Amino acid sequence: MKKLHVVMLVLIAGAIASLLIYMGDITTYETIASAKEKKGKTVMVIAKLDKATLNYDAIKNPNYLTFEATDTLGERMKVAYYYEKPYDMEKSERIVLKGKMENGVFEIKKKDGILVKCPSKYKDDKDAASKKLETASTN
Amino acid sequence: MEYKGEHLLPGQLGHFFLVLSLVSSLVAMIAYIKANKTAALDEKQSWIRIARFSFLLETVSVLSIFIVLFYIISHHLFEYEYAWKHSDKSLQFEYLLSCFWEGQEGSFMLWSFWHCVIGWVLIKKAKQWEAGTMTVVSFAQFCLSTMIIGMYFFGHKLGSNPFALLRNELNAPIFSRPDYLSLVKDGNGLNTLLQNYWMVIHPPVLFLGFASTIVPFAFAYAGLVNKNHDWVKVAIPWSVFSVAILGTGIMMGAMWAYESLSFGGYWAWDPVENASLVPWLTMVAGLHTALIYKSSGYSLRSTYFFFIISFTLILYSTFLTRSGVLGDTSVHAFTDLGMNFQLLAFIGVFFLPAMYLFIKRYKSIPSIVKEENTYSREFWMFIGSLVIFLSAIVITCITSLPVFNKIVHHVSFLQKIFKNAFAQPEDAEFTHNQIQVFVAIILGVLTAITQYFKYKDTPKAFIRKKILVPTLITLVITILVIFFGGISYNKKGPGFLVAIHLAIFAAIYAIVANAGYIWLGLKGKIKAAGPSVAHIGFGMILLGILVSSGKKSILSWNRTGITTLEKTKQEDPAENTTLFKGIKTDMGNYMVTYVKDTVNQRDRKRYFEIDFQPKDGGEGFKVYPDVIKNNKGNEGFAANPDAKHFMAKDIFVYITSFKEDDKKDTSSFKNGTIKIGDTVFYSNGFMVLNKVLVNPEEQKAKLGAGETGVFLDITVTSKEGSLYKASPGIILKDSSSKRIVTDTVVAQSLVLAFNKVLDKETGKLEIGVKENKSMATLLTLKVLEFPLIKFLWLGVVVMVIGCAMSIVQRLKQKSKSAI
Repeated sequence: MKKLHVVMLVLIAGAIASLLIYMGDITTYETIASAKEKKGKTVMVIAKLDKATLNYDAIKNPNYLTFEATDTLGERMKVAYYYEKPYDMEKSERIVLKGKMENGVFEIKKKDGILVKCPSKYKDDKDAASKKLETASTN
Repeated sequence: MEYKGEHLLPGQLGHFFLVLSLVSSLVAMIAYIKANKTAALDEKQSWIRIARFSFLLETVSVLSIFIVLFYIISHHLFEYEYAWKHSDKSLQFEYLLSCFWEGQEGSFMLWSFWHCVIGWVLIKKAKQWEAGTMTVVSFAQFCLSTMIIGMYFFGHKLGSNPFALLRNELNAPIFSRPDYLSLVKDGNGLNTLLQNYWMVIHPPVLFLGFASTIVPFAFAYAGLVNKNHDWVKVAIPWSVFSVAILGTGIMMGAMWAYESLSFGGYWAWDPVENASLVPWLTMVAGLHTALIYKSSGYSLRSTYFFFIISFTLILYSTFLTRSGVLGDTSVHAFTDLGMNFQLLAFIGVFFLPAMYLFIKRYKSIPSIVKEENTYSREFWMFIGSLVIFLSAIVITCITSLPVFNKIVHHVSFLQKIFKNAFAQPEDAEFTHNQIQVFVAIILGVLTAITQYFKYKDTPKAFIRKKILVPTLITLVITILVIFFGGISYNKKGPGFLVAIHLAIFAAIYAIVANAGYIWLGLKGKIKAAGPSVAHIGFGMILLGILVSSGKKSILSWNRTGITTLEKTKQEDPAENTTLFKGIKTDMGNYMVTYVKDTVNQRDRKRYFEIDFQPKDGGEGFKVYPDVIKNNKGNEGFAANPDAKHFMAKDIFVYITSFKEDDKKDTSSFKNGTIKIGDTVFYSNGFMVLNKVLVNPEEQKAKLGAGETGVFLDITVTSKEGSLYKASPGIILKDSSSKRIVTDTVVAQSLVLAFNKVLDKETGKLEIGVKENKSMATLLTLKVLEFPLIKFLWLGVVVMVIGCAMSIVQRLKQKSKSAI
């Protein structure tokens, strides 16, 4: 076998190994119910924010945000986030949460653990836009 | 119905040029195919003439579409959806161009424009390769024009038309009125995040980079079709150009992210970023195998493969960012326009024919059977290319996870195996870092040593002699860095820290060895030093990345109001600190004050003045992060960071929230009696008087000549368990004059005053307590320190200069050999 082939095999093995490591770290999308079952394991949950429960007071603690979220199956959970409130959170249509369930609270300890999805960024753009035009015309 | 006030002419012109562009690019392609096939010189020439004329028409159409759309946007013709959706009247002139590329249609047009420019350079310079390469370019133009044609074929929408009228795109009752336009007063505006000067220049450069990758692909295609492999030499400068421009475009995007986004950095391994990095990597790999082929005859097959795959990956990145498939994983993908099939087809029509030809011709592509010498440059260069390619594969696999989910979603038996859709790992950035740090180590070392090898064979003594000095210098510098660099990124364990240091060694090695090579190998011939300079730039980029992220630190760790009731959670992040207007706050090595804020009418941004005073008495500085009110249905504000640049580091600041005090102060002081050790309650907790101090050291600044100050040392404990210090005081000059110095616990909206001494014997004092629920104008912010980040940007510049030098040198060589 050529020397180059040996090196190639070693490198390819390295690439495969790193992909396997990656597969080991991978998380899964869960519903709130199944996230509650998988306590202490990091999972992703797509949910809807219950705006009434949003609690953030920059005076008391700028690094603490709590709220409740529901999913399409109607399950509900408490969420704690240890960073500032994402900007247009109240307007979100849905939120993608990455964290783990601990003591009945979904704890998010990574900054990128909340991804806010706003209606205007989505496919139903046109409906939203039409509505906007309507309100503009009535004003 | 007749609608009032509409300007329909621009749209009709636009439509005309859209169709003309579609047809002329198709004609150009067919004519070029014919020209490429025809051997007879006369006939070939006439086909080429037809093709060039069609391509001229195509260029005129693309330019006209551009001008018409710009006219519509700059004249605020909101009867057109594009103008209504992406711009508004208050936008500054320089951002009108950004409106262009906020939408998918505009960015396709930009791409198409660069293809035209590149096409004319090929027509001028490519000579015998014109027909073959321009077939590909014309076909790409045809595909791009279908993306913006916006027509229906058999019920399927093809492309999305930038000249669509608002009333045809939306259903709203106002369109039943002939004067609807008078009700559409303003557009939706440009996304606030794109209102940054980098967004004016980053997309054009990036798309020039995208467009440039078609040239090596086109040469490879022409080579395969014509069974002629002499194109490699001609394609090398193009490939260098592509590496330089695409690299610059990507790093400008990083600059934009650093200056405009508030995820606190320049690179986040976001899928959109990865998608443009990967083709750059494969293009670098292809460039190096092309160089190998030119000098040694090896690696022609891999060159074909890399050039084909680079352009394909550009198309794939287009699919990823525009199909909406990244919706859940990326912060800045385009919205879904319902063109997913078309985007997929765009990849297929280039990749499949090229791969088919490649496999069919594989056996006939010349290759050398003899094994490469380990002491040859080609051996190590090839390994380097392979490492880059594998790294690209790994990044692609990770980035494609949402695509995998989509496939599973559509195939029922896969659904049974994978019940839950996969998602990013908990620490998505680290996932990449832990892999790519090893790629950096290997590439850094290879970049350092490979130029010292000669093609084919190198005397062993030569290498040993030449490489010794750079190696020793690098070792010394690295040891200094280990002991004095203070890089202690230990969040991910000692193994990763060691890997970072190894990578730093490799990066320094790449810089030192390549700089050394200019003298040791090239004897100071600067003209030939292009590759060395580019490699120095690459080493600097590596070093900049490693140090700025490995030593990045958060200055705004929250230290105020540490709560005592809740358990102290050391591992919890607390990256934001609250600043109250006018109140100094302790932040690591600095005392930081939120001085004021001003609203700039022109760019509609609110600028905050944040004052930093170093505790060691050094020179203070101010930064001005800002926020801009969100538009497009998003409430709240978008923050733009600001950074103070020092030679060795950046202090990077952005506002995470702010609250304005808009109520009048109506509450008044309530007075009470207190003595040392006593407790006084207020609505949200209690306070204890610890002691009374006369002329305390820390209050000296408040005292004038001959004045005596008496201050109280009070600890305020809130209901939440947070502790705060307060020291109100009285300053006396003589028996007649006295000043009361109040103190504020802003976090508790509490103002304390020491009014007078009631009884000297018993130590009874009178204090005033004022509670004001609305007194705080405050903001929370995040402050980060990025060391050596300048090195990274400088590295990009050096790399581009190196690439430019080597292009110039190669073109000169070529014109010489032509004579």
